[in-house]
Amino acid sequence: MATLFGSGIKRREDPRLLTGTGLFTDDLKLPGLVYMAVVRSPYAHAKITKIDTRDAAKAPGVVAVVTGKDLAGKVGTIPCAWNVPDCDLKTPPHPMLAADKVRYAGDGVALVVAESREAARDAVDLVDVDYEPLPTVIDPEKATKGGAPILHDEVAANTAFTWTVAGGDADAAFNQAEVKVDLRIVQQRLLPTAMEPRSAVASHNRATGQLTLWATSQNPHIHRFLTSVTLGIPEHKVRVISPDVGGGFGSKIPCYADELLVALMATRLGRPVKWTEDRSENYKATIHGRDHVEYVEMCGKKDGTITGLKTRVFAGLGAYASTAAPGVPTILHGLMYSGAYTIPNIHGVVKGVYTNTTPVDAYRGAGRPEATYLIERLVDTFAREIGKDPADVRKKNFISKEQMPYTVATAITYDSGDYHGALEKATSTIDYAGFRAEQAKALKQGRYLGIGVCSYTEICGIGPSQVAGAVGFGGGLYESAVVRVYPTGVVRVYIGTRPHGQGEETTFAQVVGDEFGIPVENIEIVAGDTESTPQGWGTYGSRTTAVGGSAVVLAARKVKEKAKKLAAHLLEASEDDLEWKDGAFRVKGSPDKAKAFGELALMANVAWNMPAGMEAGLEASAAFDPTNFVFPYGTHISTVEVDPETGEVSILRYVAVDDCGPHINPTIVEGQVHGGVIQGIGEALQEIAVYSDDGQLVTGTMMDYAVPKASQMPRVESHYTYTPSPVNPLGVKGIGEAGTIASTPCMVNAVIDALAPLGIRHIDKPLTPARVWAAIQQAKGGAQ
Amino acid sequence: MIPVGFEYERASSLRAVMNALAKDDGTKLIAGGHSLLPMLRFRLAQPAKLLDIGGLQELKGIDAKGRKTKIGSLVTYRELIESADVAQRFPIIIEAALGIGDLQVRNLGTIGGGIAHADPASDMPALMLALGAELTLRSKGGKRTVPANEFFQGPFATAMRPDELLAEIVLPPLPKGAGAAYVSIEQQASGYAMAGAAAVVTRSRKTVKTAVVALTGVSDSAYLADVSGVVGTHADQAALEAATAKVTAGRDVNNDIHASSEYRAHLAGVVARRAIATAYGRAG
Repeated sequence: MATLFGSGIKRREDPRLLTGTGLFTDDLKLPGLVYMAVVRSPYAHAKITKIDTRDAAKAPGVVAVVTGKDLAGKVGTIPCAWNVPDCDLKTPPHPMLAADKVRYAGDGVALVVAESREAARDAVDLVDVDYEPLPTVIDPEKATKGGAPILHDEVAANTAFTWTVAGGDADAAFNQAEVKVDLRIVQQRLLPTAMEPRSAVASHNRATGQLTLWATSQNPHIHRFLTSVTLGIPEHKVRVISPDVGGGFGSKIPCYADELLVALMATRLGRPVKWTEDRSENYKATIHGRDHVEYVEMCGKKDGTITGLKTRVFAGLGAYASTAAPGVPTILHGLMYSGAYTIPNIHGVVKGVYTNTTPVDAYRGAGRPEATYLIERLVDTFAREIGKDPADVRKKNFISKEQMPYTVATAITYDSGDYHGALEKATSTIDYAGFRAEQAKALKQGRYLGIGVCSYTEICGIGPSQVAGAVGFGGGLYESAVVRVYPTGVVRVYIGTRPHGQGEETTFAQVVGDEFGIPVENIEIVAGDTESTPQGWGTYGSRTTAVGGSAVVLAARKVKEKAKKLAAHLLEASEDDLEWKDGAFRVKGSPDKAKAFGELALMANVAWNMPAGMEAGLEASAAFDPTNFVFPYGTHISTVEVDPETGEVSILRYVAVDDCGPHINPTIVEGQVHGGVIQGIGEALQEIAVYSDDGQLVTGTMMDYAVPKASQMPRVESHYTYTPSPVNPLGVKGIGEAGTIASTPCMVNAVIDALAPLGIRHIDKPLTPARVWAAIQQAKGGAQ
Repeated sequence: MIPVGFEYERASSLRAVMNALAKDDGTKLIAGGHSLLPMLRFRLAQPAKLLDIGGLQELKGIDAKGRKTKIGSLVTYRELIESADVAQRFPIIIEAALGIGDLQVRNLGTIGGGIAHADPASDMPALMLALGAELTLRSKGGKRTVPANEFFQGPFATAMRPDELLAEIVLPPLPKGAGAAYVSIEQQASGYAMAGAAAVVTRSRKTVKTAVVALTGVSDSAYLADVSGVVGTHADQAALEAATAKVTAGRDVNNDIHASSEYRAHLAGVVARRAIATAYGRAG
């Protein structure tokens, strides 16, 4: 029987999602439902001197108006749940509604609940707030300088933490180095832009004290816990349901004020309450990503050997420390400074900085794209400095497959990989040498062609719970699953992760189908409801399959173990005499003496004839806690042509070679690569969240924030190598973030390669036509 | 994104629309809605009443029976793209319309809406100028015709009076043998032109006889740029550069996060050159 593992079957979730028969949070309608809207500060930094809610309260249909002052001291503050140790982390209180002072444009100051969405929106305009504007600071580097406006009185120099990573002796390496290069890199702020904005519906039963919160969540169990502690409702009285979720990219990990306020108002009013943000509100009130100003250096020998790397990073956190924010530019970033290379001496200092902007948290890749980008930009800059080809310099410094598992200078251990293999596959696919010849010829005709390489490795499949505890993550990072077999031999699998577009309803069914010899149609994957699913930690960090999928397969194997014992009993054979073949346990040598999975399911569930001591039923739960992270890797190469007259970049080819271990479903892997690559190209070429100096988000709508469109993007040529991970039973790594991590440096390196003949060494992304043109003008000595 | 409440009515006839506009009571007309709805949702526009003219047959259809081509203001971009008459007489309109929005937008958005809205970066105003369109405006008091070069007066501002409605676009035939082209460099997010140029060129053998260029996205409204320097040349690169060196002369060039005024002025020259060169290539 052919295995389902490795088969590119169609995604089972798609018919539901594509034909409008899914159920998203905003689709919910409950009897007596009322609607919440949030009054948000138009100022980025201001004292609230007065709020007059009288007109709003009198408006037709308005049920309640609540201000920050009304809540102060009565409810908890928004928690930061990643308390990174040894960095003097300061996370000042983040009230659900600001009472005295607002710290970014979009900070909530009051809420309105009304009988209709329209009435709630109208009433927002009737809440009269007096502000006394304060000076603002937007740039995370400037915010640490003397004289910068201070956001939180208790946080000097707006510096939330200063975190250091060190391995080897970087100072010595730089002192002795033959070659040193440095760059100042701005990794611009991005807007995650999930297709579905955030939404929440809450219902509270006053008699039982039971709160049910439907919310757009990547991690409903974390939201259950945080809702419980923040609102003071015992955890067993809180049920969080995350129905279909239309993308997250990290933006649906955090605990936000709005969802908690919906829950709070449901308990106060005794009526169900709904809130759904619109896109403009999403851009202001949902977390942003990246926002680094970096000073980075690399040193090495003229033969191309890299000997050291140093960074000084100012990581913007926005106005408050969001749920996972401190961990993103530290643990998920600085620990990856070795990239795919044996860099013996590393020193990095990351300052987390409060600014008058929307909070920043994990966005697809979360810290690792920033790390990969600075490394890969430095490798290219270093290669150019010593006059060597950037692909050759990469090869020279790769950790070799013989060295695996390999502990890098930052003290983490990579599980497996053949970095040379991926690079060679990518260079041969794109005909690297051939393109170099073509490029030289084109240059003679005044055409600027470029080729960009990015060799990445990323830390994902997060992660061992023990490590989570050691690095201050406020939760475990194991995963759990329950596999329940029904009397008719069909199966429901309850998981603690919360896939929201990644396809695990399909891939997990493939894994279970193989264990039981049944088709995927007989298996349902159930996620998102804390009432039915076992404790889990959610979907992010490319962990769902590596960690959650492993829990699923372990639970399925437990079920199969029990089924085998039952089969032996029914067949009056010894377990050792049984073999699993074609969907049945068979007596070796007498294959007709067999018990098929379906029959065992029935017999276990009716329990007419169980072996002594065996409990009725056929189900099992398992938790999987990995011993290490997994480290997917690969090399992406793109070729571009830059129009020197307009600064426009045309992508000629894009080749991705990724290694995420074996593929459960190659079609889904390819889809993840494509989506990730496009998102990363968006970051490289066009996406940037722009604030004015006074803290207004200028790119407040999609008219100004350039989410990639299909017509702007290249065909992605996807190729793979397959190196299993030794740290989980499926051997899988992760592919959700790889494309985003790889494609940004790949594109920027290609464009800079194209412009190198003009003497251009670096341009900060996004490489919009305007920026590229300005750099060309400057290089030509123009007036710009 | 919830508009302030408004009254909505489907217009029964053109006469009823003109009567309603004559009352000057803040009623706004809506057709495809692609410009107005976002303004309503942002509460930038808060009309008391919307009068939906989308169903009025009087404003639909393309009439190419005569020398002049008459396009009803409710003709959608898709209808333009699919029209054999437009393909034969003004392929430049199809070239530009294919770059507007996406399929859904082109299915609903109307040429009249795009013109009457007068977004300083939209494509159709430049085409109207380059093609020498006459815009027929109707009101309770009658009808009048305004040439395109008097119609566009500023950002979202036109020669239309509050009681008037854009009923028809009348296009004179292109000069014999003329080539026309539309070239735009789009802002990456909105798709609107950072600079767009519509050019109509005639030539005698290799020599440019006439050249008209209208620019959009560059200044506070679309405008006809002076490219007379190209007349008499062979439209080679040097001639084009010389002739387009001052296409933004006398205009305030827009400056925003996507393009500085300096870059945009440069792009204006680029699109003007490229549009003229393409139109020249198409001229016979």
